Amino acid sequence: MASESRVPSSERDEPLVLRDVALKSRLLVGTGKYASFDLMRDALEISGTDCVTVAVRRVNLDRNKGPSLLDFVDPARYTLLPNTAGCFDAATAIRTAELAREVLGTNLVKLEVLGDPKTLLPDPLGTLEATKELVKQGFSVLVYCSDDPRLAVHLAEAGATSVMPAGSPIGSGQGVLNPNAIRILLELVQVPVIIDAGVGTASDVAFAMELGAAGVLLNTAIAGARDPLRMAAAMRDACRAGRNAFLAGRIERKLYANASSPLEGVIEATRK
Amino acid sequence: MAIEVEINGEKRAVRDDATIAALLTELGVAAERTAVERNGRIVRRGEHGTTRVAPGDRIEIVTLVGGG
Repeated sequence: MASESRVPSSERDEPLVLRDVALKSRLLVGTGKYASFDLMRDALEISGTDCVTVAVRRVNLDRNKGPSLLDFVDPARYTLLPNTAGCFDAATAIRTAELAREVLGTNLVKLEVLGDPKTLLPDPLGTLEATKELVKQGFSVLVYCSDDPRLAVHLAEAGATSVMPAGSPIGSGQGVLNPNAIRILLELVQVPVIIDAGVGTASDVAFAMELGAAGVLLNTAIAGARDPLRMAAAMRDACRAGRNAFLAGRIERKLYANASSPLEGVIEATRK
Repeated sequence: MAIEVEINGEKRAVRDDATIAALLTELGVAAERTAVERNGRIVRRGEHGTTRVAPGDRIEIVTLVGGG
């Protein structure tokens, strides 16, 4: 990883601050769906991420002697962000967050309250309800939500550490489907906004960061790529490229051409 | 005497004076990477040795796995 001193001054950036956690990389990466733990560990390393998501599940009581995820993810190196994936009501999501806190001793949680197993779309009412309760319990709540700007305002007002609108449905690889909603959301919400879900390829990450997102969270786009290690590198570079482009400030879009070379001093046109 | 409890959704017979700590030992589960819930409430690690199961208890024992 590039140490801060080796980053040229023209590319220095603030860390992504999520309450009491400061992340140097703005790419957050999931740990699911890798063909092996070894591949996952290497992909995380190459992606440059500082923060990885994990899920809470029942211990398999018939065979629990094999290697476990935590043998391959060093908590001293990565901030572990437990999720409440698979929860379809606020009460179950809250219990899952409490269980994660008991396992890890962390107050961080990526809150997911989903509507149904087919769409995996976030349920707005359950999500808001669970956010309020978890904030009351002292959790630092990173909330997976839809790209509805007004809902994001309510979540931020409820005390969410970050709102994390989906670019498109989980695992769908469709990218950011409604950039205008994200643009409005970014204007209305003061907490960090992380685009979570829907990333298909590197340009989706760059685009999200160019819009002004504070970070991007993805999983399947790396784990499901033909070559996950190379895709991890692509995502790392795209995140930096998009962030730099956002900070640099893009030019205005214009309908007509605007010459890059001076028009003055062109030689006389050839006479016919 | 044995009593019946539900652990991770499956009915199991356990000793009627079993503590959560004894239960985990019997199941071969390490306490440090897991969390235990009894009837919807967390049993903190420090309370494993003093919390006893009762007939019909619903016990959840969870750990962390890969996820996004």
